[in-house]
Amino acid sequence: MTTQRRGKKKTVTVDRDHALHLLRAMVRIRRLEEKCAELYSATKIRGFLHLYDGEEAVAVGILQALTPDDAVVATYREHAHALTRGVAAGSILAEMYGKQEGCSRGRGGSMHLFDGKTRFYGGNAIVGGGLPIAVGLALADKMQHKPRVTCCFFGEGAVAEGEFHESLNLAALWQLPVLFVCENNLYAMGTALKLEHAVMDIARKAACYDVTSAAVDGMDVLAVEAAAKTAAEAVRSSGEPYFLECRTYRFRAHSMYDPELYREKTEVEEWKRRCPIENFIGKMKGEGILIAGDVEAIEADVSGEIGEAVAFAEACTWEPLEDLTRFVYSERREP
Amino acid sequence: MTGDDKTSQKITYREAVREAIREALQKDERVFLMGEDVGRYGGCFAVSKGLLAEFGPERIRDTPLSESGFVGAGIGAALGGMRPIVEVMTVNFSLLAADQIINNASLYLYMSGGQFNVPIVIRMATGGGRQLAAQHSRSLEGWYAHIPGIKVLSPATIEDARGMLWTALQDPDPVLIFENSGLYNMEGTLAADAGPVDIDRARVRRDGKDLTIITHSASLFKSLDAAEILARQGIDVEVIDLRSLRPLDERTFLDSIAKTHRALVVDEGWRSGGISAEIAARIMEGIFYELDAPVERLCSVEAPMPYAKHMEDAVLPQTDKIVDLVRRMVSADG
Repeated sequence: MTTQRRGKKKTVTVDRDHALHLLRAMVRIRRLEEKCAELYSATKIRGFLHLYDGEEAVAVGILQALTPDDAVVATYREHAHALTRGVAAGSILAEMYGKQEGCSRGRGGSMHLFDGKTRFYGGNAIVGGGLPIAVGLALADKMQHKPRVTCCFFGEGAVAEGEFHESLNLAALWQLPVLFVCENNLYAMGTALKLEHAVMDIARKAACYDVTSAAVDGMDVLAVEAAAKTAAEAVRSSGEPYFLECRTYRFRAHSMYDPELYREKTEVEEWKRRCPIENFIGKMKGEGILIAGDVEAIEADVSGEIGEAVAFAEACTWEPLEDLTRFVYSERREP
Repeated sequence: MTGDDKTSQKITYREAVREAIREALQKDERVFLMGEDVGRYGGCFAVSKGLLAEFGPERIRDTPLSESGFVGAGIGAALGGMRPIVEVMTVNFSLLAADQIINNASLYLYMSGGQFNVPIVIRMATGGGRQLAAQHSRSLEGWYAHIPGIKVLSPATIEDARGMLWTALQDPDPVLIFENSGLYNMEGTLAADAGPVDIDRARVRRDGKDLTIITHSASLFKSLDAAEILARQGIDVEVIDLRSLRPLDERTFLDSIAKTHRALVVDEGWRSGGISAEIAARIMEGIFYELDAPVERLCSVEAPMPYAKHMEDAVLPQTDKIVDLVRRMVSADG
């Protein structure tokens, strides 16, 4: 049966270590993205660059619920997911620099971060294109009796794509362990939710396929984490898909080319007051879980990490052009 | 079903494909077949008939009409350690899965810097000639051959229908296999111990010295028929079956042209931007000064496929047209 859970205000208790862990994870994302914007302006990074400022609680909260064995399929706005999943900041930045030490050997760039070690399957820049892949990864797990979860991120824009509906239907029909995570930031590039969906309540769409769904405040990392753990547990125990809508907002433009003609500055400012990092700090300090000096210590650490990542990327090398066509096809033959 | 001797058997192209799928399912537990109507219906062209009973619904997996969804799921399953054979009923419907084939399957290895190869085999029927009209008669294999990162096979013979699949499944990268629907009923002889064949070389199907026909798929047999007619008229034609459109084995046809000095490309695709154009260009690049006559092409008329039989016949390359064209090419320089 379809069930929808929403707005359930669970009191989440969090210990100090975990609070520090969550805060650090979100700060790492914010500072990496800020550095990316800076490096883009300095023309160190080129191409399309889609930043995640404002949405940190989603990637951080969701990824708390996964084990190293699980798989992640993400979109072109995926620096945060790669970083939080365990891909080194230096490797991510080197990729954006186009260096061969980058996580995709300079062939992918910002939109196509991949990492085999963490089962991070990209970095897909065709909206909706990753969903069928996630279904297939879960199908492979089911057929091989591997009790793993495939977590698939996409935006609310993807929900209008046929591939979304085909994928939800397949996952439900074949009972596949996929955690579908919709990062609803209210805009498909520049098109507002109300201009793209006849039914604006995204979580309800899963009901067509009898997939259990829930919606959560994507600006609240503890709420996202709790919802993700419930969802991942449901997927693990049932082997069936689950749909989680995270209601969030991107603070920056869609990409570095976007003049943001489609939304009011006041709306952006209003959402910025709900900043997942600031609000989490305020809440944790209010509860006495974080104390004076914690934020500064994390900021100093992260600043050091990002500084080292930039230095690493700078020092990395260019793929020799003799290898231009390397990896068009595999080099090995299966035994 | 034994042929003249006990070491060969009479078999149809359809049965050869089915035997190849059966053998793959028996030999490798990672292999499974999925697609529309592959199970209970037995396959749109009856290729997979009987396999559901033998291997069960997990491995002979009927799918909804969601080409993008199940082709993408095949890619994901391949990434996840399986060896899927995905059947798309016909190339016409593969356009609904073009995003997955072209934007994902062909790119994942490269975009990931060599980390994620996609060992998927996608089979589909192709071709015209059965009065199925414009939306069910396309020959787009040459169009897929434009894409780096995938391999494009065009098995014409029963031996290749039987042998290419296993080799394709051993390939670490995506392989598309195009089965001309007009060939499924073709009957022939197959060695009882017929096994895997290579998937990257063209084959000389008929030796000749006066002109080289370069072709593939159903046009191979029209070309061979034309060659027999021409032989009776004293014109000795060599016929090359490309077998694979990507990679394109230019060495084999360039060597042939070095001997015959004349080349005709016969292809069911359209000439504009088609695989025939690619072959003609390779000939110019590779062996221009060996040519005694301009390279010619016989392709489908550049129109959608009409329904009426006489119109469809006129659109497709036919034996009589090949004969006429070869005669003209050979007599041109007296």
